[in-house]
Amino acid sequence: MLRVQGFPNRLGVRGWVGGGRWGMERYLYTLHRLTGLGLLAYFLLHIVVTASRALGEGAWARAMDTVSGGVFKVGEYLVFAAFAFHAANGIRLVLVELGFGVGRPIEPVYPYKTSLDAQRSLAIGALAAGAALAILGAVELLVLR
Amino acid sequence: MSDATAKEILYRIRRFEPTRDRAPRWQAFTIPRVPGMTVLDGLWTIKQTQDASLAWRSSCRMGICGSCGMLINGRARLACNTQVSEIDAAVIVVAPLPNFDIIRDLVPDLSPMFDAHAALMPYLIRDDAREQERPTGEFSQSPQELERYLQFSYCIKCGCCMAACPTYATDPVYSGPMPLAQAQRYNADGRDGGFLRRRAVLGGERGPWRCHFAGECSRVCPKGVDPAKAIQLMKRDLVWDYIRLRKEQCPAAVMSKPKAGTRRPDIPEPPPRTV
Amino acid sequence: MMRDQKLWSWHVAAGIVILLLLGLHMTIMHLDATLKFTSLNPAGGEPIDWANVAARGKMLFFPITYVLLLSAALFHGLYGLRNILFELDPGAGLKSAISVILIVSGLGLLVLGTWSAVASFDLAR
Ligand code: SF4
Ligand code: SF4
Ligand code: FES
Repeated sequence: MLRVQGFPNRLGVRGWVGGGRWGMERYLYTLHRLTGLGLLAYFLLHIVVTASRALGEGAWARAMDTVSGGVFKVGEYLVFAAFAFHAANGIRLVLVELGFGVGRPIEPVYPYKTSLDAQRSLAIGALAAGAALAILGAVELLVLR
Repeated sequence: MSDATAKEILYRIRRFEPTRDRAPRWQAFTIPRVPGMTVLDGLWTIKQTQDASLAWRSSCRMGICGSCGMLINGRARLACNTQVSEIDAAVIVVAPLPNFDIIRDLVPDLSPMFDAHAALMPYLIRDDAREQERPTGEFSQSPQELERYLQFSYCIKCGCCMAACPTYATDPVYSGPMPLAQAQRYNADGRDGGFLRRRAVLGGERGPWRCHFAGECSRVCPKGVDPAKAIQLMKRDLVWDYIRLRKEQCPAAVMSKPKAGTRRPDIPEPPPRTV
Repeated sequence: MMRDQKLWSWHVAAGIVILLLLGLHMTIMHLDATLKFTSLNPAGGEPIDWANVAARGKMLFFPITYVLLLSAALFHGLYGLRNILFELDPGAGLKSAISVILIVSGLGLLVLGTWSAVASFDLAR
């Protein structure tokens, strides 16, 4: 087959974040990625730090001491907020990516209604639930403590 | 909104001539503004009156051949299907579809997309090759069965969805929205029996798993094909298949004529058979 | 090479497990001031105070769900990371290397976490 040597024009990682012109689900996709990476980083450290409880009270107290203080408190809250978003949006994604809530195939009649419109209320619901949980967490972690 | 009363309109076009340029460059053209003109009409005016070397692909100029997909003011769309007046800016900015190599000016190399398309077997797969070559009748299909794939069959292979997909922006292994939607179009067709053969490809890296429902493909598709919907339905089929919940469908059989009964006299005879 | 059809199905299943168990974990650890769990935090004070950690470690329910949550979260997180890395198109060789590194580190952390859950269960008793 004829192959031409063209000028490479893939958007690269820039294409992941998009920006400006994209719709709501595009931002949720980016945020789901970022919170996922953040949660993973925290989780791996968390396994190591909390493993100290197997060594008894002294080791546990030392480990908890190293991760206390203002920075860690805010960090902990960020983890909680990331969890709230990732969980709420994750419920939407499980449903949608298994084909629930995207609607049945329809005759495309202008103006087109797509699967994005079909699941929009789910997306808004997920955002609202995530935000509510994050606010509850803020009250707990930053105010009540 | 671009100023509809203006006499002229400014185009900024991304040019690339492989024998001359080392990298793409921008060039501006000012042309007369005509009521009802499309972005494609403007390209023709530029070619006819200012620079005959400007290259792009187009044919039908009515949104059905799929040739004129371009990046117009940051959004992948058909040049012939886009009115200058609907663009919300003072300048019309035209670039070749991203995520494909540029052959020249506004001409992208779409062959990777068509290779991926072909690899997913976008045709009816059945055991009765003879019946398909020399049909003795029609395969049965109810209107409900038709609806399960009809939307996806409106695709004109313009590649706009591929240019908008964030995954395809970095990952050439991923088949992309157009080929996947077309694979689902056949998987969902009651006359098809090719699910297992397509699964051999779709179950792996080239399948729907790198789609995260960012939904850009469905947002830009000029034909309302909604590839994102097709891909999520495909994931469901494949997951159901993995946990043994998927009902295997037998490809629809050839319809037989009713044996009993008489024809009502007011119904005319059908035209002679063509196949 | 494991098939994505399988891996992705497990990714979703693990996500649901995490949703339930991590939801519980977060509620117990962080929403303790609004919802009092006196039976889970018998010593009062913070849920991360040693007396409370030890008390929960004694209940068989916690070590078991910890290990379940640990495995689900490790798989879900590392498969997600693998997905992101693979989407950067690193090439076939680097892809297998990434898979090996992720499997080895995942198994390592699984062993560490399981050991600490079992050992602190013993310690608490
Ligand atoms: S799905 Fe839509 S955007 Fe993609 S190639 Fe087909 S018609 Fe074009
Ligand atoms: S929905 Fe999937 S295929 Fe469509 S643009 Fe998004 S990631 Fe790509
Ligand atoms: S020229 Fe045929 S789709 Fe635009």
